[in-house]
Amino acid sequence: MKIRIKYAKTGVLRYLGHLDVMRYFQKAIRRAELDVAYSQGYSPHQQITFAAPLGLGITSEGEYFDAEMNSVTTSSDMRQRLNAVMVPGMEIREIVALREGAKTAMAAVAASDYLVTVRSGYLQEVGGTEGFLAGIEEFYLQDSIEVKKVSKTREVMLDIRPYIYDLHEQQGHIYMLLSTGSVDNIKPELVMEGMCKFLGVEYQKMAVQVHRLETYMRNEEEELVSLLEAGEMIL
Amino acid sequence: MEKLALSDEILMQVEKPARYIGNEVNSVVKDASQVDIRFAMCFPDVYEIGMSYLGIQILYDMFNRMEHVWCERVYSPWPDLDAIMRKEHIPLFALESQDPIRDFDFLGITLQYEMCYTNVLQVIDLSQIPLLAAERRDGDPIVIGGGPCSYNPEPIADFFDLFYIGEGETVYRELFDAYRRNWEQGGCRRDFLELAADIPGIYVPQFYDVTYHADGTISSFKPNNPHGKNRIQKQVVMDFEHTPYPMKPVVPFLKATQDRVTLEIQRGCIRGCRFCQAGAIYRPTREKDVALMKRYALEMIRNTGHEEITLSSLSSSDYQALPELTEFLIEEMGKRKVNIALPSLRIDSFSLDVMKRVQDIKKSSLTFAAEAGTQRLRNVINKGLTEEMIRDGAMKAFQGGWTKVKFYFMVGLPTETEEDLMGIPMLCEQLAEDYYTIPKEERTGKVSITASSSFFVPKPFTPFQWASMNTEEEFLRKARFVKDGFQQQKNRKSLTYRYHDADLTIMEGIFARGDRRLAPVILQAYRNGCIYDAWHDWFQQDVWKQAFEDHEVDIGFYTFRERSTEETLPWDFIDIGVSRQFLIREWERAKRGEVTPNCKQSCSGCGAAGFGGGVCFENKN
Repeated sequence: MKIRIKYAKTGVLRYLGHLDVMRYFQKAIRRAELDVAYSQGYSPHQQITFAAPLGLGITSEGEYFDAEMNSVTTSSDMRQRLNAVMVPGMEIREIVALREGAKTAMAAVAASDYLVTVRSGYLQEVGGTEGFLAGIEEFYLQDSIEVKKVSKTREVMLDIRPYIYDLHEQQGHIYMLLSTGSVDNIKPELVMEGMCKFLGVEYQKMAVQVHRLETYMRNEEEELVSLLEAGEMIL
Repeated sequence: MEKLALSDEILMQVEKPARYIGNEVNSVVKDASQVDIRFAMCFPDVYEIGMSYLGIQILYDMFNRMEHVWCERVYSPWPDLDAIMRKEHIPLFALESQDPIRDFDFLGITLQYEMCYTNVLQVIDLSQIPLLAAERRDGDPIVIGGGPCSYNPEPIADFFDLFYIGEGETVYRELFDAYRRNWEQGGCRRDFLELAADIPGIYVPQFYDVTYHADGTISSFKPNNPHGKNRIQKQVVMDFEHTPYPMKPVVPFLKATQDRVTLEIQRGCIRGCRFCQAGAIYRPTREKDVALMKRYALEMIRNTGHEEITLSSLSSSDYQALPELTEFLIEEMGKRKVNIALPSLRIDSFSLDVMKRVQDIKKSSLTFAAEAGTQRLRNVINKGLTEEMIRDGAMKAFQGGWTKVKFYFMVGLPTETEEDLMGIPMLCEQLAEDYYTIPKEERTGKVSITASSSFFVPKPFTPFQWASMNTEEEFLRKARFVKDGFQQQKNRKSLTYRYHDADLTIMEGIFARGDRRLAPVILQAYRNGCIYDAWHDWFQQDVWKQAFEDHEVDIGFYTFRERSTEETLPWDFIDIGVSRQFLIREWERAKRGEVTPNCKQSCSGCGAAGFGGGVCFENKN
């Protein structure tokens, strides 16, 4: 049986890279003594897969991984057992049993939404946070947003506008809903870069603090719903 | 803890920021206002190395069990962060509280290898504590050193207020009590150092003066303070069975070099290899009860979630209950899908059987610490391993399906001849030839034999402490000679030979047997940019060379020179419980190529029986 675990990664744990998060959970599952399934062979591995890697420095309350289980108890029991062995900054939010035939978390991911905060002292040229927020609407109304996407091997110009599903000001922060996943993965930093270019200021990596709110998949009606929707609580 | 000593801007620009954030599983956070003593425990190397070290986990756990003490950890910042901290004057901080080390009561530094000495200075300096103990004032932390290199602390004596000589389990409580008492009585730094100097095992370098003869050797080593003891007794924990052991070791987020549960089954070694310092300073050999080890194994796996477990000892094959313990681990760890990493065991039917059950033999290799290429030289170093044992073990392994063999050798051992060096490729060739005597249809492909050699460094408190060490040129000439020897072998395509760097070995040799006159050299090398010398990429040989030249230090005096057994050695004031007479006897026997039996065969009267326990008293009740 497969279960899906939703967790939050906040505070100083934003400095934990994706590989270290994976190692952390493998050890946590052992400490919680959950009956997870292992691969065969001399060095057996837990059968767990993560949804969408989170960049270094980003906090989140909508992270996911799937685990193949030999046996389960209830959602709340497993959640409590895991939370009893967490460090501050990691918190298990929900656990559901996946329905038969559900795609893996990694394959299912379609979008994520974020709250982006301009750090004080940055982007002074456009008037800091306020000036920056004032330009959002106009930026989002453009037909196309060209940015330079740099990968390990090459640089390409990319129109990211089709992959921004929503963008607006929200109580002094910038809310954005972006395409995520293995195909069209748009990071919030890329949008910020486009925004800075639009406003004519230089983009600085440190200018913003990013927080992921939720990770989404598409349901049968092609609507974006939480990854939890692929399963049900175990009562 | 939400608090971080470093800003987001800094953490985002350095490599692996998780090195600096603390918060790991099982790390201990206390209320700073409720403790009397704040102790920063340091391993002066990068986090991933330091977190792999068992000794700190033991002391961290032991100190934090004391209600009035909060022990935290600190490691060397990597050079990228080091540069930022210097430029921005950011004080070095402890991981748990993220508070500056300079506000602590103690900074404890473990000294595991000589090449960490500039990192010791880096840690003290970045903490904004004066580098020289003599320049520290009342508010500065007490800087205390311990670990193997403190058995000759003299090259770095100027930088430490105290050294703790021996095993950490014994007198720290007394030391902390003295500290509190002094504080309550309004005593100053010097008052505390005098109280500390009265505690067994504690050495206060400032309380001693050294004078030298015209030839550079020591003429006198004398206390200049009534509290300075003439001899410092090594501390040993004799109730080894009941000594505290960390059931909840800190689990790093980053992958540490040793990322697993470690069970310390035994301390000390019965073998008496003459090159081995650990074998001397950890005498007498003490074991822990197997029932206790089983309980620890289960509890520690549950508390850490580690996916691997290993055993710690100098020679696990000598642990009496090893078959019972491995049987238990294979059974219980198998259920939990926890890997068992075996330490190097003597290769025999038992160990081959165990290895077969816990590893993939296609991927794993056999390891022989042969140390020398001929029986004559193995006798000189008292390595109780014969060619017959090696060939027998290897043959059994080949028949069991193994095809990879690793050998460790030392080059530059006392009395070594060209014949001994040529013995290295010849022994490897012999094994390859043995392998090909197995009928083709029973073999699983080609054999692969890898030999690697390190260069020999004479260490204090070994019978070789008087020996001459080779020069860098000699080391390299010998290594090339061995390499050529491999080229001459019939099965050379199955053989590989590697040797370590000689430049670092020479440095290690200087500091291992150095004296107080080296401190200014280390200080200059550090001031001119040397840190992370143990990392070959960071080692700056030219800067070191200049420092030795500027201080007119003759490297050969410390390395190449053979000492007379009459000479006062810099570490002679330390009493490790193994007598000088025994070491002299062993040095003489070595030169004659005579083997000394191990502690279980018969007692050779080294003196460690004076501690009143361990192997010396086994089966004698």
